[in-house]
Amino acid sequence: MNRAQYARLVGTYGVLIALAALILFGWWRYDNFLSAFNVTTVVRYNAMFALIALGMCFVIMTGGIDLSVGSTAALGSVAAAMASHYGMAAGIGGGVGAGLLVGFVNGLLVTRANIMPFIATLSTLLAASGAALLLSKQTSVPISPTSGFMLVGHGMLWIIPVPAAIAIIAYLLGAILLNYTSTGRTVLAIGGGEDASRLMGLPVARVTFLVYLASGGLAGMAGVLLAALGFAGQPTEGVGWELFAIAAVVVGGTLLTGGSGSVLTTLAGVLLLGILFNVLNFENGKGWISLSAAWQSVVRGLFLLAVVLLQARLTRQHTRSA
Amino acid sequence: MIDGALLSMRGIDKRFAGIPALRQASLEVRPGEVHALIGQNGAGKSTLIKVLTGYHRRDAGEVTYLGRPLEANSPQQAQASGISTIYQEINLVPLRSVTENICLGREKRRFGLLDWRAMHQEAERLLSSFRVKLDVRRPLMDFSTATQQMVAIARAIGFSARLVIMDEPTSSLDEQEVGVLFDVIRQLKTNGVSVIFVSHKLDELYEVCDRVTIMRDGSTVCSANMTEITKLELVSQMLGRDVSKVAGHATAFSRSATDGEGDVVLVAESLAAGQAVRDVSFRLRRGEIASFAGLLGAGRTETARVVFGADRPRAGSMSLGARPFAPAHPRDAIDAGLGFVTEDRKMEGIVPDMSVAENMTLALLPRISRNGVVDEKRQREVVKRFIKELGIKCSGPAQKIRELSGGNQQKVLLARWLAMNPDVLILDEPTRGIDVGAKGEIQRLIRSLSDSGLTVLMISSELEEVVEGADRVFVLREGRTVAELSGEEITEERILAAMAQGHVAHHDQEAAQ
Repeated sequence: MNRAQYARLVGTYGVLIALAALILFGWWRYDNFLSAFNVTTVVRYNAMFALIALGMCFVIMTGGIDLSVGSTAALGSVAAAMASHYGMAAGIGGGVGAGLLVGFVNGLLVTRANIMPFIATLSTLLAASGAALLLSKQTSVPISPTSGFMLVGHGMLWIIPVPAAIAIIAYLLGAILLNYTSTGRTVLAIGGGEDASRLMGLPVARVTFLVYLASGGLAGMAGVLLAALGFAGQPTEGVGWELFAIAAVVVGGTLLTGGSGSVLTTLAGVLLLGILFNVLNFENGKGWISLSAAWQSVVRGLFLLAVVLLQARLTRQHTRSA
Repeated sequence: MIDGALLSMRGIDKRFAGIPALRQASLEVRPGEVHALIGQNGAGKSTLIKVLTGYHRRDAGEVTYLGRPLEANSPQQAQASGISTIYQEINLVPLRSVTENICLGREKRRFGLLDWRAMHQEAERLLSSFRVKLDVRRPLMDFSTATQQMVAIARAIGFSARLVIMDEPTSSLDEQEVGVLFDVIRQLKTNGVSVIFVSHKLDELYEVCDRVTIMRDGSTVCSANMTEITKLELVSQMLGRDVSKVAGHATAFSRSATDGEGDVVLVAESLAAGQAVRDVSFRLRRGEIASFAGLLGAGRTETARVVFGADRPRAGSMSLGARPFAPAHPRDAIDAGLGFVTEDRKMEGIVPDMSVAENMTLALLPRISRNGVVDEKRQREVVKRFIKELGIKCSGPAQKIRELSGGNQQKVLLARWLAMNPDVLILDEPTRGIDVGAKGEIQRLIRSLSDSGLTVLMISSELEEVVEGADRVFVLREGRTVAELSGEEITEERILAAMAQGHVAHHDQEAAQ
């Protein structure tokens, strides 16, 4: 194996190694770290972020960005909570539908109106947030206690929490889409060179549109989970989620400029950042240190920076040796 | 339409923001022929091709392909009807694997999912027909430009094209690779595929092409069989110069009054850089206007970039004054007394939203600043002086440069470098895109600067400018200096001959050695 291939491997799987190291560290240091309770809590909560990061991953692979996912999730949670009174399916449909609507608008703005993704999704971020407040009359919307909707958040499939199962299925489908369909490969080609892809005759506009649509839908589903987990639609939640998702995607080794990325390592990125949070909580519990939420945020920021710097170094070495 | 033509484009018009890029252009390609499409920069070749492939929408004209009107509105549609294009700058996706670059758009599937094994095999099979063997799983960017070119061709052929368009496919290939490419083209031809071949290397055309269409200023000026047209005719048609007639005085240039030979200022020996500069030698003498003449791709601008330190030479040496000169960076060249007015004013020259004064003194700022603070008094003096000396028409130093005419913008750029008080000034296409009146002013200005001792190296694609303006002409051809002409030797005929054949009738050959 030559140096370039080695560097590429570390760039791709570095996040998996870091994740394994972090889990081992937690297992060695904290008694209840790998307890069923802790593990299910962590995966149940992070499933929302995983869904958002999956959509973000595809958007970023095309060279774009979707800033609207956080407020789309909030809107989705309100829509899901309101619809949950008509049954579990209606609740899910309502949340996902609201998300797809935002994604649809994003897709149109980016591919038809040719607005830069940053600006287009910034606008829908504000609009979706406003819509969530209007729908909910600026207060949290309780879900139906009887329709079984709460099971979407709190149910278990054998030993797997339902939200985690949903995320796992979404990631499997995402991985197949990316690696084994022409749409998936076109996503990467667009990010690697939009003009080149167009000249190669690839359906650039259609695939770009689909990517934003999917990102909206996944954010809507995250909203469904949010409502089910919190027993209410929460119009003011979701602030900053898009940044968490972007961070997870980048830590997962996906190039922010597009053209290269992986679904599996994005999931690892989500877990890495989520578990880091969990570890910091455990560390606080030990009583040696006491990190406030503010300090935890600082630590996570530094961690993200370290990972990205490492990746940049590796990528540079790789291009130089190529 | 001629019977049996595969493709016929007639009366094609195309305007960009009101400016015509194509005027009644036409092109006819027969089945199984290799058709050369040539013309100067800006002649409209690329635009014509992009109209054909549906990348641009034509304003007027008709396209017939396989006997039916072709309405390609996108590269996809053109590809679907069997027209594949290999663009000049390789338009593939460097980050993705070779296989993806070849197979995207016509993937192989198994149970609805991509069959990677079959796709890798397909990519390998296509490449092996050009004797290229490589790991198709690796990203395209891991490979050389030549290999990437082969991948682009493999992609085009994989689409079972009836018509393959190659836009300067050989510009980044070495001789052996060009040989391989020509084998591929001949192979395509025997399979009945037609090729449109865009190139500036005339020898290549004779080697591989059957017919040629020449474009100039957005129009088609002539179509001919390669066997019935000489190189000299090709060049004169491209440049729009009638070889038999000697044109009258067309520029404001006049020959230097002092015909004596000044001291040698800048010497370049056997420079080589990148693909474009292979063996360029020249000597510039003080106070003369020297000119690089040559077709597009002859390596003129690329040589100038090496001289200016923007690119590093891979071989050869230079000296300035009597000292060795090896600028690693334009800064070094500027410090040594060189200036470079680039060809592309808008991209590399002016800062449109800045004022005339700021644009003029950008390069000078470090010299008129103390502790990082600009000495505004000196700045004002400099600006005032040059506005007056060069006759720049503007409302004042504070006017935004974007509001000035092309000719006046160019004067501001000239002033920017003149303010640095250079010994040698390189001018790349100094009068391109400037109206006739202002052109004359610039030309007179260049002459008076050289009369006052400035050494000018002028690159120009306008032959009359070279013939009437230069004291010495170096003709470049495919990256090599093939002739040096001076004084009365500088005639259109000789320059054209050197551009076409690579040598001039008599003793000039020795001068080029």
